[in-house]
Amino acid sequence: MLASIIQNLFNAFQWGSFYSLIALGYTLVYGVLRLINFAHGDIFMVGAYIAFFIATAILGMAVSLPGWMVLAMVIPLTMILTALVGVSLERIAYRPLRRKGAHRLYVVITALMCGLVLENGNLALLGASRKSFPELVDKVVYTVGDLSMTNLKIGVVFSAILVFIFLQFIVTKTKIGMAMRAISYDKFAVPLMGIPIDTVIVFTFILGSSFAGLAGLLFALSYPILDPYMGAMIGWKAFIAAVVGGIGDIRGAFLGGFLLGFVEILVVAVFPSTYRDLIAFAILMTILCIKPTGMFGVAGTTKI
Amino acid sequence: MSLLQIQNMTKTFGGLCAVSDFSISIEGNELMALIGPNGAGKTTVFNLVSGFYSPTEGSLVFKGKSLAGLKPHQVTALGIARTFQNIRLWHDMTVLENIQISQHYNLGYNLVDAFLRTRRYMGNEKRIADRGYEILEALDLRQFAEEMPKNLPYGLQRRVEIARALSISPALLLLDEPAAGLNSSDVNDLIKLIGWIHKEFKIAIWMIEHQMDVVMSLCSWIKVVDFGVTIAEGTPEQIQNNPDVIKAYLGDENI
Amino acid sequence: MRKLTVPTLLLAITGVIVFMSHQEYIDLYIQSVIMFMGVNIILSTSFNIVNGYMGEFACGHAGFMAVGAYVTSVVNVMLFTDDKVFGAALLPPETAVYLFPFTLLIGGAAAAVAGVLVAIPSFKTRDDYLAIITIAANFIIISTIINIDKIGGARGFMGMKKVLFAMTDSYDIPWILLWVMIFTFGTVFIIRRYVTSTYGKGIIAIKQDEVAAEIMSVNTNRMKLVAFMLSSGLAGIAGGLFAHILGYINPNSFGILKSTECLVMVYLGGMGSLSGSVISAILFTLLLESLRFIIPWMDTAMHYINLLPDSYELSQVWKWVIIPLILILLMQFRPEGIMGNRELSDVFPKLKKFYSFK
Repeated sequence: MLASIIQNLFNAFQWGSFYSLIALGYTLVYGVLRLINFAHGDIFMVGAYIAFFIATAILGMAVSLPGWMVLAMVIPLTMILTALVGVSLERIAYRPLRRKGAHRLYVVITALMCGLVLENGNLALLGASRKSFPELVDKVVYTVGDLSMTNLKIGVVFSAILVFIFLQFIVTKTKIGMAMRAISYDKFAVPLMGIPIDTVIVFTFILGSSFAGLAGLLFALSYPILDPYMGAMIGWKAFIAAVVGGIGDIRGAFLGGFLLGFVEILVVAVFPSTYRDLIAFAILMTILCIKPTGMFGVAGTTKI
Repeated sequence: MSLLQIQNMTKTFGGLCAVSDFSISIEGNELMALIGPNGAGKTTVFNLVSGFYSPTEGSLVFKGKSLAGLKPHQVTALGIARTFQNIRLWHDMTVLENIQISQHYNLGYNLVDAFLRTRRYMGNEKRIADRGYEILEALDLRQFAEEMPKNLPYGLQRRVEIARALSISPALLLLDEPAAGLNSSDVNDLIKLIGWIHKEFKIAIWMIEHQMDVVMSLCSWIKVVDFGVTIAEGTPEQIQNNPDVIKAYLGDENI
Repeated sequence: MRKLTVPTLLLAITGVIVFMSHQEYIDLYIQSVIMFMGVNIILSTSFNIVNGYMGEFACGHAGFMAVGAYVTSVVNVMLFTDDKVFGAALLPPETAVYLFPFTLLIGGAAAAVAGVLVAIPSFKTRDDYLAIITIAANFIIISTIINIDKIGGARGFMGMKKVLFAMTDSYDIPWILLWVMIFTFGTVFIIRRYVTSTYGKGIIAIKQDEVAAEIMSVNTNRMKLVAFMLSSGLAGIAGGLFAHILGYINPNSFGILKSTECLVMVYLGGMGSLSGSVISAILFTLLLESLRFIIPWMDTAMHYINLLPDSYELSQVWKWVIIPLILILLMQFRPEGIMGNRELSDVFPKLKKFYSFK
């Protein structure tokens, strides 16, 4: 009994890692731009596909390379290219609206639509046949007592923790991190203080998108079947995680991701699996009604 | 029985005490002022009366009824009308529509009547429109009925806002810095307008104001707050010579 | 020229179109396009109540459509047809002719109750958070339907064709076309009366300044509740009609893509413009239908000039790239839509001479 709980706990950590990695991106962008980048989940999907094409290309060119070496090349390339996609989205779709001082409503709609364009564009361009990610890592199963873990699953959890530590460091200890926090408090004062607001925003998107790309790659390694809509649902869940944790705070996103992973694994253990999404969304609605600012969030007030 | 009776009202927001032990008694047809430096808590007092906040302690009684727990639209229906420091008119609707909408407490018909355009609907809409014209006529605004407030000069907008407040036939009118943003000739018009409203409509008026000529020429009783605490109250002459008041306003050339 | 009242005009149009369909001067395909236009008009005008006039940002309109679609369909199949799952018809099929509008209204009422689900959070939240809540509500409704096996779950539900047959057995006229037109005109009619009354103007006041509305005796919470319920109720009626046009419904057709269609129609037409919503619904339906032909045509053209490799074919999925793209471009270049917040009679004041619309 205890063994299965611990096993479930570990699975929850692995499952939640994906949510955390993606949630961190949502929260970074929201913290800086007060924008919920609804396209972020689809950037995760784009990352997975980019990883697929790079891996296939490398394996096609150098068939005899060991898997871990291919992986070592795929990781940075995926992250860089996915970051490029995210930044392009910012430049093409969000920045012009920001320049015009457009109502936030219009930017949110644009974000929602960009996500749909990415999903359906993928489906339209690449067709309906699902892609199968090549196996790059030999699975090694470690057994500790009744608990079994694969090296891949451990790697996923490890990556999430590393990314969090890295981001926490950047946001609290570096100048650009301080600039990111400053923008979230007062967007207008920041350029007056000589901080290039566009650069900080681009940096934020680079961070968020590259880690979403990493999550995409790790997900593709763990669950090798890719499909264009994979980002949609996971994106929503990661978003739930970010909100539950308190959107705008990366600690919240990190913990929220694991919390959601935990809830989902628990739900699937007890209820039929078709209820999983239903319950996740029901939780979201409840939290938003009771404490809209989540665990770590701070409520804003309007002056009457 | 006094019209509005506030006793020992206190409001704290987290650690900050915005209003502390505030008491006042307003009779029908009085013209009173609440003054004090910026951030003293004056608008908070008004917001407490209006029902936007609930007092942490103390009681508010209007016409014998407790205002505790009432929502702002219910407070208004009881007979307290209010204007705001930065004019809160609906700028994309006509002046007449602005007045008509404040009749929501007293529409006299429901949604189904609106769908079917029943006699009840038509009669009440006519009554509401007539009331709107009546108020606009009284305040010399009839010619602007179809204008949008955003196209009117600021002084006229203020007048429209006051007209809107009057249209609910209040017993008590709360004016939050009515002279804010007005030039000196508009301020003179405002003083005349408020004085006229006070005599003509026979209602109690309580105003927050920084411009002392408005306060001194109109009000019979003044209450001074600073940091949420009442520091003085009395007639205009008494307040003008009160050393605490002068200290709180040190440097304010209006005194 | 004597002033025509708009209602008489609309009744005349309905009569003509139904007659022509019955006589088969208008073929079935065009009939279906007209019907989809009607459904889209109901969807976009009802959505406009909340997103346009009241200025909220709800995103889950299709969820309420789903509620109406399923409730009306299930009730109709239970009452008027012999069904494998629900058993024999509870009422004689001849009564379907008279009771159909009522089952539609029942579906609408159910959707209105579902609307309360999002109305209550709207009392305290706005913008982004309301968007999330409404999208979540949409998902929850779809998920719930998928989990109810008795009405087909993910496989979908059918049987509505039998209901229509029961109706045509009594009197042979194109019933569904008739009801679509009646309810479409009815919807526009009551919405117009709603927003031109002082009661309805309360929601416009909420959009422009909610604090002022509250202080000027508008019961903002009640106004929001009524607006959401009216909006979702009408969406439910649209859903019921939609279900009977197709004869088969599937929960996934009421997801985020359908809600996106509603968003496009409202923002294309202009927030707070009733004529704008009607116009954009018509244009949007025509766009969707024409893409059915344009995409294969473009496919041929692009193959012909060797722009596309032989192995690749433009599929209808491109529709779902084009539609979001339209909205993106709209947000960039003309966020106020076609009509902004003006009505047709503001743009063409001379029209007022020809008709009166009370």
